[in-house]
Amino acid sequence: MMSTATFRIWRGNASGGGFKEYRTEVESGMVVLDVVHRIQATQANDLAVRWNCKAGKCGSCSAEINGRPRLMCMTRLSQLNLEEPVTVEPMHTFPRIKDLVTDVSWNYRVKERIPKFVPRKPDATDGTWRMQQADVDRVQEFRKCIECFLCQDVCHVLREHHLHDKFIGPRFLVYAAAMEMNPLDTQDRLGDLRENCGIGYCNITKCCTKVCPEEIKITDNAIIPLKERVVDEYYDPLRRLFKVFR
Amino acid sequence: MPEYQKFEFDVLVVGAGGAGLRAAIEASAAGVKVGVVSKSLLGKAHTVMAEGGMAAAMGNVDDRDNWRVHFADTMRGGQYLNNWRMAELHAKEAPARVKELEAWGAMFDRTKDGRILQRNFGGHRYPRLAHVGDRTGLEMIRTLQDHGIHQGIDFHMETTVLTLLKDGERCAGAFAYDRERGRFKLFHAKAVVLATGGIGRAFQITSNSWEYTGDGHSLAYHAGAELLDMEFVQFHPTGMVWPPSVRGILVTEGVRGEGGVLRNKNGKRFMFDDIPENYRSQTADNEDEGWRYTQGDKSARRPPELLTRDHVARCIRREVKEGRGSPHGGVFLDIAWIKEKIPNAAEHIKKKLPSMYHQFKQLADVDITKEPMEIGPTMHYVMGGVKVDAETQMSNVPGLFAAGESAAGLHGANRLGGNSLSDLLVFGKRAGEFAAKYAKEHGAGEIHNDQVEETACWALAPFERGPGGENPYAIQHELQEMMQDLVGIVRRQEEMERALERIQELKARAARAGVGGNREYNNGWHTALDLRNLLTVAEIVALAGLTRKESRGAHFRDDYPQKDERWGGVNLAVSKGADGAARIEEIPVKPMPEELKQVIEENK
Repeated sequence: MMSTATFRIWRGNASGGGFKEYRTEVESGMVVLDVVHRIQATQANDLAVRWNCKAGKCGSCSAEINGRPRLMCMTRLSQLNLEEPVTVEPMHTFPRIKDLVTDVSWNYRVKERIPKFVPRKPDATDGTWRMQQADVDRVQEFRKCIECFLCQDVCHVLREHHLHDKFIGPRFLVYAAAMEMNPLDTQDRLGDLRENCGIGYCNITKCCTKVCPEEIKITDNAIIPLKERVVDEYYDPLRRLFKVFR
Repeated sequence: MPEYQKFEFDVLVVGAGGAGLRAAIEASAAGVKVGVVSKSLLGKAHTVMAEGGMAAAMGNVDDRDNWRVHFADTMRGGQYLNNWRMAELHAKEAPARVKELEAWGAMFDRTKDGRILQRNFGGHRYPRLAHVGDRTGLEMIRTLQDHGIHQGIDFHMETTVLTLLKDGERCAGAFAYDRERGRFKLFHAKAVVLATGGIGRAFQITSNSWEYTGDGHSLAYHAGAELLDMEFVQFHPTGMVWPPSVRGILVTEGVRGEGGVLRNKNGKRFMFDDIPENYRSQTADNEDEGWRYTQGDKSARRPPELLTRDHVARCIRREVKEGRGSPHGGVFLDIAWIKEKIPNAAEHIKKKLPSMYHQFKQLADVDITKEPMEIGPTMHYVMGGVKVDAETQMSNVPGLFAAGESAAGLHGANRLGGNSLSDLLVFGKRAGEFAAKYAKEHGAGEIHNDQVEETACWALAPFERGPGGENPYAIQHELQEMMQDLVGIVRRQEEMERALERIQELKARAARAGVGGNREYNNGWHTALDLRNLLTVAEIVALAGLTRKESRGAHFRDDYPQKDERWGGVNLAVSKGADGAARIEEIPVKPMPEELKQVIEENK
């Protein structure tokens, strides 16, 4: 079934730009990335879009579709009202490079700063560990993350308050949680989370959870338990007393 | 002289998927200075899409498993055209590579006694694939990435290599551009490791990501390396077929490993109709035995749905061609039926195959816990690649190494599922190790400016031709359609000859490709530059396919439908002749040592 639709795509670069309208044919079953590709191949050869797998597994094609942070490859046209023009624009939280492509390198720098995973000594002589599935389930949820950075994009601490140098954002709280809750890990990141990662800035509005394409319960399962651990470690009077005498 | 930034490395790794990252980690552990360039952002490479798992004979689920069985399975799957030494190293070293990932933070699914769980897969005699649900590739790439960023490796993301630089016979580095700004970068390196993956974007229906434009294959070929086994292109039996925009996206073999079955439109399990002779003794002859196998019954043989990919793909094609296919030109893959067998089947399916559940729900409005999926073959993998030394992974060009999908040898005529991720780890490590060794033992080669100038001039030409030139996207689409039609899953002489003619025409058009705009993140320009690699590999696949006059493994010819003993003893190598034309050569398979022959015998 073929019909036509109008897409308003943001064109421009770091110094500025605006929406440009494209009319194109669409078929049932298409996703937004298909439309962007069709426009690119036929009307705007130099249109910049970042993508890889087109199967929701790599997290490259993050953008804002009708104002909502989403993966272009997983947004079907049937979910959109095609009577009206569909707007597609780059993520707002990161510097613009060109058209739909943003500079997400800040995320990679943040990750490097977080103390890495260091396992305890192996449980068996062949250098392996024993863990029950129930113990790894929780961490496996966090490791589903495809690093699309949509949670970073929607987080108001970053998006509106631009506290990129004080707050690592939901993605990296999930990353830290995955290591903190890994039964094998021996590192202590709680001090780092409080001092350098700005975990206190998160006020649990759960916007990140809502946009996660992997349906990770970012706030409930990662951030809140981490906050509790930090609180227990630094603000529990008994523990503080214990620390003094340790 | 063109403007460029210059970087100095001991080892330059091209590609940041499983093989590239593993190579970089190993090289940097050897104490040399390592750079990695990748076309996309870190952690996005095609490895991320691998689903089922990595094969390693750890024997955690079935203690009858060991490297000897894995070796024999791999050789049988590859129809004995594999480099047997690579198959041996792979089977022996894979368990250590998997365990190492756990030490770096990977979280595999567990057995009841807390060890790494292993699952069934096509062509593997015992449950052998370490996995994390159906997102094993993501787990692997993230583990390597998160470990690698603390190893002092210099990453150049979104950077594409245009050419390898030569100093006489040896490799001296690479000339590249960054995709963001379009600036040139020169990497002066003592050793270069190619880990660029495959060639899927030369075909129309593929499970591969956009990056798979055959860069490593083509760069190596133009630098004088030999490519081996290029006629062997694997079509995975189960890709999505509907809606059209998702056609080709992979549906993991894990679905069949968990008990999923293939049926035609009459509801018949057609895989029982055609079981190849060399697999008959290992294959179930009734539905009940097949089911018991997937549920861990050690006395049962595996269901015919888990035969090798080449065979299953051809059976599906036959059903469709003979009018027994599904509404959108595929067949049915049914996992929902297991509700007849186990309680809470829907939950079980969602737990074991979460990505598949979401993929079908979101992209096709199909609930796989309730209804069957429609699937059909999709171009998935190239067994062929750079011919390398089994131990070191060095090509015939000194200082140039290759690992993973861009290298050839391990898989022979057909790769077993699960052997790819373990390939990346085993030979990525070896390539990194020996590239570092090479770098330590040899100084740097010299950079010759004429090569740099020539490449820069060629790379900028599409802008001079401007938007009035040939549309690069149109050329790419035509190539993909043509390869799908003429050099696809079933081949014949006239069609491949026609393909070679069409490739010459497309080459001429690619030389006239033009783009508008500027060098800043210009996808049109990137596409124009990728065309050279795509056309190079397309030509070599067609040429090798035309030359091998038999059907074996993934290479199936309508005009020579049988295996031919003569061809069973040779690999085909393609190299660039002095006149610039492709030269093809038969290389006799090296005889296997007695002890390995015996391993094969005892596992028959």
